[in-house]
Amino acid sequence: MPVFYDLFIGPFAEFDFMRRALVGIVALSVSGAPIGVFLMLRRMSLTGDAMAHAILPGAAIGYLVAGFSLPAMTLGGLAAGFAVALAAGAVARITVIKEDASLAAFYLISLALGVTIVSLRGSAVDLFHVLFGNVLALDDDVLVLLSGVATLSLLTLAALYRPLVMECVDPGFLRSVSRSGGVVHLTFLALVVLNLVAGFHALGTLLAVGLMMLPAAAARFWTADITRLILLASGFGMVAGYAGLVVSYSAGTNLPAGPAIILAAGALYLGSLLIGSQGGLLRRLLPRPHLQR
Amino acid sequence: MSKTASAIRLTDLTLGYDRHPAVHHLSGEIASGSLTAIVGPNGAGKSTLLKGIAGALSPLDGNIALAAGRRLAYLPQQAELDRSFPIHVYDLVAMGLWNSAGIFGRIGRGSAAKVEAAIAAVGLAGFERRPIGALSGGQMQRALFARLLLQDADIILLDEPFTAIDARTTADLLALVQRWHGESRTVVAVLHDIETVRRAFPHTLLLARETVAWGETADVLTPANLLKARRMVEAFDSHAAPCERDAA
Repeated sequence: MPVFYDLFIGPFAEFDFMRRALVGIVALSVSGAPIGVFLMLRRMSLTGDAMAHAILPGAAIGYLVAGFSLPAMTLGGLAAGFAVALAAGAVARITVIKEDASLAAFYLISLALGVTIVSLRGSAVDLFHVLFGNVLALDDDVLVLLSGVATLSLLTLAALYRPLVMECVDPGFLRSVSRSGGVVHLTFLALVVLNLVAGFHALGTLLAVGLMMLPAAAARFWTADITRLILLASGFGMVAGYAGLVVSYSAGTNLPAGPAIILAAGALYLGSLLIGSQGGLLRRLLPRPHLQR
Repeated sequence: MSKTASAIRLTDLTLGYDRHPAVHHLSGEIASGSLTAIVGPNGAGKSTLLKGIAGALSPLDGNIALAAGRRLAYLPQQAELDRSFPIHVYDLVAMGLWNSAGIFGRIGRGSAAKVEAAIAAVGLAGFERRPIGALSGGQMQRALFARLLLQDADIILLDEPFTAIDARTTADLLALVQRWHGESRTVVAVLHDIETVRRAFPHTLLLARETVAWGETADVLTPANLLKARRMVEAFDSHAAPCERDAA
């Protein structure tokens, strides 16, 4: 089946950059999707989005200082991400503004600031790279970073799994039996920032959060069990990554790979929304008679 | 420790929010192994007192002393429970194993059997694999009692555990409370139904921001005391001038 091979396997067998892109996306899906599941279940989906934007000025300052340097942009992104996460939490606690409003304020400022800083030194191409990433240009260092972050995130999630789930389901109960709630929450936020910074290198600040939230949201339409939800979300992320790369390759230069991957994840989400077995639209619109003998 | 030792001792305790007291100048003790009801009108500070004993609210003044080494379990009135979270009844109940299992501890076959037994004891056998979102109000309260069973606490605090629960469920859960009492655990429950208190609770604290009466239930729940409690709460002004230190 030469057509099948040419479409689905050939690009990866032939081109190093395609293989690297696939490895990068798999690494991002392995750790990003479970984190997306917890963000979704904690009703923090928009928090993830806001934090992704907040990373931009930090990464941009790294870029301003050292050009496209992996360590500089990573450190800058991490610093900015943590700063905004803590600042938004503090503003919400100290003032009358709720956390979502303060996050929105911070991320709008961050986005504008980041675009300004990149424009100070770079071209429109550089800006495009920072905002949307370049998944087809992952070098060894980036792949090591992505897989390192994935490994660290998975180990941390495994270690924190019990208190994290308890903090989501019944925070009052966790408080009554343990003081770990605050630490767990902060560690989780740190994982979010870490994965967004990793995702930033492949998909840019604007799309990094897509591979986190879309597979998680899609998986929710198929299962009501947290373990399956996490596995399914990771699987969806990988499928979207693979499909996006294949489609983008077939379409030639007209379809950039990063957006194609997020669109594939979006298609999975919309499909699940339509036909999902857990609250999908079709199931709701076509009610079946209740169980009778 | 002797039978009459106190499990909880309150000394000139004042609890409140934003520096405004909800209960004030409360002193007394709850004996180890006793079964005490806290009753009083709405706004009497019953839930606040329980929260204080549970350690979820720091005293504005005075102090709360728990007998050393006692494990405490607290079931709040409205648990901040996210019922849409996709986990099963079994997992919710198993949270009660936290003290023995913690973050990393293995939940082995013995513990798993304990979880099953607790679920059976509250009459939810067969519901282990149901998502918690599918439970009715009464079934959820049964599940939370199963979790309390697993916590194996010496002091158990219940805030209106039978509110909005049908008679059958109330009877079943009350039997569990009696069982805990029989096992010499200290149980303190905020209740609204005076008849239940008279029937099942040997001791009562009648609260109206301060103690109206505290002791044997029959002595506490007199019409005169109940009327007094209602008047005291109605007259209470939480923005009143600060308490005089030496008023007594």
